Amino acid sequence: MAEALTANEKWWGGGKSPFNVEYGKLMMWYFLMSDAFTFGAFLISYGTIRFSSAAWPDPNHVFSSFPFMGHAHLPLVFVSLMTFILIMSSVTMVLAVAAGHANNKAGVIKWMSWTILGGIAFLACQAWEWTHLYHQDAWWGKNPFTNFDGTPASTNFTNFFFTITGFHGFHVFSGVIVNIIMLIMTIRGTFERRGHYLMIEKAGLYWHFVDLVWVFVFTCFYLF
Amino acid sequence: MANMDNTTVAAHKEEHSFDAKAIWRTFWILLIITCLELAIGMFVAPQFPHHYKLWFNILYIIFTLAKAFYIIAEFMHLRHELKNMIMTIAIPCLLFIWFIAAFLWDGHAFKTARETLDPRDPPAKVEQKAPAHAPAGEEHIK
Repeated sequence: MAEALTANEKWWGGGKSPFNVEYGKLMMWYFLMSDAFTFGAFLISYGTIRFSSAAWPDPNHVFSSFPFMGHAHLPLVFVSLMTFILIMSSVTMVLAVAAGHANNKAGVIKWMSWTILGGIAFLACQAWEWTHLYHQDAWWGKNPFTNFDGTPASTNFTNFFFTITGFHGFHVFSGVIVNIIMLIMTIRGTFERRGHYLMIEKAGLYWHFVDLVWVFVFTCFYLF
Repeated sequence: MANMDNTTVAAHKEEHSFDAKAIWRTFWILLIITCLELAIGMFVAPQFPHHYKLWFNILYIIFTLAKAFYIIAEFMHLRHELKNMIMTIAIPCLLFIWFIAAFLWDGHAFKTARETLDPRDPPAKVEQKAPAHAPAGEEHIK
């Protein structure tokens, strides 16, 4: 089983894993692919409705607040901070996976802790953003914002915004829970005894996927 | 038992290295693209009249796809897997190209249908000033 794989070897002849990845990791990839289609369906329905509308609110106008800055007009600054936090936590996650490859338990603990912190920071930012919008009277079924040309907008804008960022936020939340479980298992030495840190890689794949989805949500809601 | 063997073997075989330099290089690429997007969104795009929006959106899509590529290839490490494995992930995702084309087409069809068919939304008004969705018009798309 453990022989080296050469270039001419028959991958599908049986006796070895043809993709050369662990079963759980392969299934994580396929799960993420299906999840990508779920998010894709959400974003495409948003795109369809938006394309069918004569006008739509201007994100530069809607998303222009920052905590403790009162009514200062700071378009997109807060969401840039959220994006930066999420990219940063993706980096610390890769570093945790790399530490796992080197069987470096202390490294895994350190970088997993930073990743969890980043995830919590992102959720806190999103909670603030939602609260702020709620106080501006934006919620499912309520839209206080007008279209870019001054005409009254439908509630499609807020419905899609809260549904899709909420679904993404729920993914971040589950990711943080998974990462906390991984951290506890690392501290208790479960992976050390097992001899490998492949579970960290699977959690890492999920976490990067959350970052990946945010890249698309960010473009669709804040830039378009 | 066979399953457990597979796991240990995979653990030993997966020896593609995680290069700290490559990780940070990817981080800087992502950060720079995001900053570019924001700079364009905040300072450049508002200088142009609204009908240029489509071109900015195309630019944002290119930037977004570039970021997606770097996250998947480097952070999720897919670039370093076997080609067979990459293809089982990449080929189904090609369906997105059709989804996006078809649904934007659909959205456009809704729009023209509403403009021409809804008597409460005469076309002359819709062109510039009519609300995105008059409450009455909404029933058509649901």
